[in-house]
Amino acid sequence: MVGIPSRHKSLVLLAGVIVLQVLLLAVQIKRDSQGRLIRVWTVGAVSPFQRAGVYGVGHIRDTWHHYFALQNTSRENEQLRHENGELKMQIAQLQSKAAEADRLAMLLNFRKSHEDVPMIGARVIGASAGTASQTIDLDRGERDGVRKNMGVITPDGVVGKVVEAYQGTSQVLLLTDKDSGVGAMMADSRIQGPVGGTGEPLLSMKYVANDDIVNIGQRVVTSGMDRIFPRDLPVGTVAEIKPGNPFKLIRVRPAANLERLEEVIVLLTLRPLELKKEPEPANPQSSGAQSPAATAADSAPAVKP
Amino acid sequence: MNDAFDIRSSSELHIEVHKFHTGAILATLVLALFIQAFLPIYFPQVAILDLPLLITIYFGLSRRNPSTGLLLGMAIGLVQDSLSGPTVPLGLYGIAKTVIGYLASSIGARLDTEHPAARFALTVLFFGLHQGIIVLTRRILLAQPEPWFNLHLAIGAGVNAIVAVFLFMLLDRLRKPS
Repeated sequence: MVGIPSRHKSLVLLAGVIVLQVLLLAVQIKRDSQGRLIRVWTVGAVSPFQRAGVYGVGHIRDTWHHYFALQNTSRENEQLRHENGELKMQIAQLQSKAAEADRLAMLLNFRKSHEDVPMIGARVIGASAGTASQTIDLDRGERDGVRKNMGVITPDGVVGKVVEAYQGTSQVLLLTDKDSGVGAMMADSRIQGPVGGTGEPLLSMKYVANDDIVNIGQRVVTSGMDRIFPRDLPVGTVAEIKPGNPFKLIRVRPAANLERLEEVIVLLTLRPLELKKEPEPANPQSSGAQSPAATAADSAPAVKP
Repeated sequence: MNDAFDIRSSSELHIEVHKFHTGAILATLVLALFIQAFLPIYFPQVAILDLPLLITIYFGLSRRNPSTGLLLGMAIGLVQDSLSGPTVPLGLYGIAKTVIGYLASSIGARLDTEHPAARFALTVLFFGLHQGIIVLTRRILLAQPEPWFNLHLAIGAGVNAIVAVFLFMLLDRLRKPS
């Protein structure tokens, strides 16, 4: 048998390793499995360090804020800063009064109408290890009642959906991920269309017909049709609108600050959330516009398989 | 044969294979993966960095052994895959980093890659190639359309190359004295 020349051995090894990984990819696609065992081991090995890191950073930050930062600040500077902060806060409070009232009313409504929906607070302990996906790791897992496909929110709006639940941690696919999506509609006109991630900070709202009237700044909320998120949770605001063929190209800025998440709420239920009966909106122009989006949104899963 | 005309042997004489302190490579890998998955929580801009790629390139260029380079790249890539959530199949980063590990080691064995300018240029090159392999894998094997190039990637290449220059200087301190 002819031996492989030593200078070609690494090339043969390269080919072999790549072929093995291609086969690994093929197996995952064919069997629709994602190598869960390997992921469980890896996440299990890394998550203790992530927890320690988060708590360590929190401790250092608290120490800094409560001791070192104050020690080096003069009293006068502190007083001026304090007054300035109060004034800014007053201005901000006045400016956002209406919006805040809306948001609080919505949250209150959500809490009241879903008192039976169990929720749990979770701390973000990690983020995606690469740019190919947009996920976060939570410090709550199966032993806390978290299961795959549960919705994740913040008081600001929708965050994403649990895609993997391990014993003590879980992974959440953010709304900005390319494989992510949520049934949504315009808050005012009730025009429906699934909102999905694009891998970029802005989301994309699909299947809104060119005839439908959409304005920049309009609020987008969950439609509840995906049966994961309850209706009327903030998804975002319309940031860009372009005419397309056959549907508008709408970009949505997420309501929740998905780039700076530290604590989130997991909706601990897998059953479809009951929808409230609400009066029809006054604007008949768009409420009746059961565009192809409505049909798509009705069946849109929170995350594409 | 006259050595004066043997370019390969004369250049290879000056290229040193660097060895590292025990556990330095493993510790660096674990730290890079941890930072990659941890820092973006507090500093979202850090997500543009691909520290596992930079580590693959550095140890490939320094160790200058294609076999260990590609195996190291594969290991880093597969761990990165498994930490990236179920939407990233195992092997996506694995294949890309295997190739990068092999090429970095092969280039490191032929060229002097100690100069910061060379390291900058090679990192830009490898970043682009890494992205190209990921896009190719997604398009051909996973049937997922992905843009070949955009502004974000160009900025990513530049930022990673700048960070690589300083990171590599830092990692040089882990080398065993020759």
